[in-house]
Amino acid sequence: MDRRDFLALSTFFTGVALTPSIFGKAIAAEQLQDAIDIAVKKRLADAALGAATAAGASYCDVRVGRYLRQFVITRERNVENIVNTESTGTGVRVIADGSWGFAATNEMTEDAVANAARQATAIAKANARIQTAPVQLAPTPGVGEVSWRTPIQKNAMEVPIADKVNLLMSVNDAALGAGASFVNSLLFLVNEQKYFASTDGSYIDQDVHRIWAPLTVTAVDTTTGKFRSREGLSAPMGLGYEYMDGRAEDKFVLSNGLTTYGKSYDMKEDAIAAAQDAQAKLKAPSVKPGKYDLVLDPNHLGLTIHESVGHPLELDRVLGYEANYAGTSFATMDKRDEGFKYGSEIVNLFADKTQVGSLGAVGYDDEGVKCKRWDLVKDGILVDYQTIRDQAHIVGKDESDGCCYADSWSSVQFQRMANVSLAPGKTKMSTADMIAGVDNGIYIAGRGSFSIDQQRYNAQFGGTVFYEIKGGKLGPMIEDVAYQMRTPEFWGSCSAICDESDYRMFGSFFDGKGQPSQVSAVSHGSSTTRFDGINVINTARSLG
Amino acid sequence: MSILSEAQAKAILDKVIAFSTADNTSAVLSGGIGGNVRFARNDISTSGIVDDVQLAVEVAYGKRVGTASINQFDDASLERVVRRAEDLAKLAPENPEYMPPVGKQTYTATDTFSEATAALTAEARAKIAEASILPCRERGLIAAGFLEDGHTFFAHANSNGNFGYQRSTIADYTCTVRTEDGRGSGWVASNVKDVAELDAANDIQIAMRKAAASVDAKALEPGKYTVILEPAAASGLISFMMNFFDARSADEGRSFLSKQGGGNKIGEQIMDPRVNIYTDPANPTVPAMPWDGDGLPRERTKIIDAGKVANLQYSRYWASKQGKPETAGWGNTIMEGGTKSTAELIASTERGILVTRTWYIRMVDPQTVLLTGLTRDGTFYIENGQLMYPIKNFRFNESPVIMLNNIDELGRSVRVEDGAMMVPPMKLRDFTFTSLSDAV
Repeated sequence: MDRRDFLALSTFFTGVALTPSIFGKAIAAEQLQDAIDIAVKKRLADAALGAATAAGASYCDVRVGRYLRQFVITRERNVENIVNTESTGTGVRVIADGSWGFAATNEMTEDAVANAARQATAIAKANARIQTAPVQLAPTPGVGEVSWRTPIQKNAMEVPIADKVNLLMSVNDAALGAGASFVNSLLFLVNEQKYFASTDGSYIDQDVHRIWAPLTVTAVDTTTGKFRSREGLSAPMGLGYEYMDGRAEDKFVLSNGLTTYGKSYDMKEDAIAAAQDAQAKLKAPSVKPGKYDLVLDPNHLGLTIHESVGHPLELDRVLGYEANYAGTSFATMDKRDEGFKYGSEIVNLFADKTQVGSLGAVGYDDEGVKCKRWDLVKDGILVDYQTIRDQAHIVGKDESDGCCYADSWSSVQFQRMANVSLAPGKTKMSTADMIAGVDNGIYIAGRGSFSIDQQRYNAQFGGTVFYEIKGGKLGPMIEDVAYQMRTPEFWGSCSAICDESDYRMFGSFFDGKGQPSQVSAVSHGSSTTRFDGINVINTARSLG
Repeated sequence: MSILSEAQAKAILDKVIAFSTADNTSAVLSGGIGGNVRFARNDISTSGIVDDVQLAVEVAYGKRVGTASINQFDDASLERVVRRAEDLAKLAPENPEYMPPVGKQTYTATDTFSEATAALTAEARAKIAEASILPCRERGLIAAGFLEDGHTFFAHANSNGNFGYQRSTIADYTCTVRTEDGRGSGWVASNVKDVAELDAANDIQIAMRKAAASVDAKALEPGKYTVILEPAAASGLISFMMNFFDARSADEGRSFLSKQGGGNKIGEQIMDPRVNIYTDPANPTVPAMPWDGDGLPRERTKIIDAGKVANLQYSRYWASKQGKPETAGWGNTIMEGGTKSTAELIASTERGILVTRTWYIRMVDPQTVLLTGLTRDGTFYIENGQLMYPIKNFRFNESPVIMLNNIDELGRSVRVEDGAMMVPPMKLRDFTFTSLSDAV
């Protein structure tokens, strides 16, 4: 799922509060602060493990999940909706006769989960008939009874709704006061309470928290019929409500006053800037197409990393498991074996499921593998992929990378992207230093339109705000900018990366993949980065 | 438990309404059983079954609204969920745009259910996967595909006496076939209400032919070309555009359907006069539920009439504010076409490009609905009515509004996507490709 789908979802909640959603049933606020007794979860898990084994499964894992979400949705001076949802149930995955089977139920009784385990085993046996190669799992040690929690400071679910409403109303007032025609602002809070158990002897209890505070400001000029929107410059994060503190030390300010954010977000300040930017966009000159040196802010570059590095280096895509939907990958295994040049020598890209504050951080993945950090591209050379237990052996690994995830108890877990990030530059460099070295360029901040082919070669990206760079100086805002790229050439043109003091995380709340389609949340860190000689097109059109 | 009968559903909903002390109460009870099988690399990769039932209750005191839900259905649980919604409503700020529930409505049932689909088993799903995989194994091709089927019920009721219940089924099959060397790729899709209409053994032949025929693709220069978009290729762009037929955003000046100086473009010619788009819940090919999310009965409604904007969607709030009649939200989109098949459109084409499928479509500029995306899984050059050779995939930057002003010919409309749309294959002039993709 992407932003478009999310906006559709917001509208959905606004207009049709009663229709059951993909996020489960709506519940009262007070229920968002409790959890299922761990002894109950273990009893359910043991019932499923026992039933699957008795039915002939050679392996079984059970996920007892309680997925909580809260949305506070506003536009202008109205609270359009406050929605609390809960989805609780159990998913059982088995291997029987060498094939996978899966069944899930929302009935939280030992009988119901045991029945799901038997159904999953029957499905596996039905499929085994045409299976050519039995499923092979990389070993992972049973870890006994353990737990993990996102290291949050303030549980957003415990913050009173009135405080959240007051914050968003003050944000909207500020935007309208600064000249916005329209403003939408939201809080989107997630708590995944996940209990995993397997026949390997693991019982893992995890409490995962995420937060997102998107806003959109629109300016309309009815005389010309033109309208322009400016999105907020926040990032969804694996943090608690402390993200909304807007601390001064987490702000990054350009010479023209543009402020971007790191570990916390000043939503009101950004709303005012968004209102001013949206109006400026109505009058900003259209870009002249051609080759430019691009200076990309981390909250923009994260999406480019996501699409052109994160996805093509997912091993299931490389192998063809996603061929019918998300696609395959240009980064085939022979390229890894030959030391394929993915980017310039300063490009180091790594996967990390342990990064504090990231959306993908967990203690263990959804098949009980302990999470870690590893290199994907080292000094510009492709060195590795992201994988899970049933594919590790295909690339000669003797362990999974811990990339297995399911977006619900009712979804089967499969390979999902880890946080994939660009390592900061090793020499001291600020964004101002970088811009000073650019003669003819464009500075881009924030996410915009994005599209990439099914093997992750050809991509086109827009952004939120664009500024001309001339003779080492940041110039006026420009509009209608999109850049087109071919992945290896793009990363090959990477000529400078700011140092660690500029490092920040971009996030995607709704990365879509799989059939049935599932979403996952993932972060991508980087410092501001320069790419030379990139093709920029002009996207302005006329409907006559 | 997953599929409740109309009487069972009504009994639960009646109790919910009776328990409420609020000014207004609405409730939705829905659930279903979904099954799927996924395959890749000529083997089944995942397969499963999920069942779930949910009850959601919304109550309002004046314009203060609360929503809660539960999945237990004994009397004590039903009363508890109502009280919880009432407690939330008392705490909520007023929503000036809240609309009380609709009054009692009369619905005409639509034909959304098939016994055969509801009865699909794990063995039957495995057979459909097998019908896709085995021919590919025999021909040295590689299949990756997915079958998903669902049997659901949906019931709603409110304190103004309204009630509705209906069951529906759907089965969605897609398969991508690739050559072993990864230089060719083909695709086929079939979306049906009745699984008896699904013929994977036949469909797979289309994907296999396209995979084999798309090896050794030549590179054409990006630019403007005459294209034939197969229905699946056209629907990606058309469905994207249909998201913006909303009266409020048009009236607010932030839509391609906003009029310069204020107001919206209802009545204005925005496309070729051969473009006719409408919605009709009773259409037998793409039947939709007879009510919208607010419980209003859906009716056949023109959207684009001979290229002119005939209607936009008004929410109940916006209709009341603008003094317009309340009309139901659309449940499907039907674009009329001609009588020709895609093959017949090809036969009458001097020079052009056949596009099997469009992919990763995203908005570039909402002012003009400029969309970008790529061709995929079978793109061919046409000359003198013949498919001459495969070509490399293109990235396009094109607006469906501009595209539907550049029509050469429309073919026969068919069901596509999630079963909620009919689109014809279409031959279009001056379709804008802006770069080449090496992806296969």
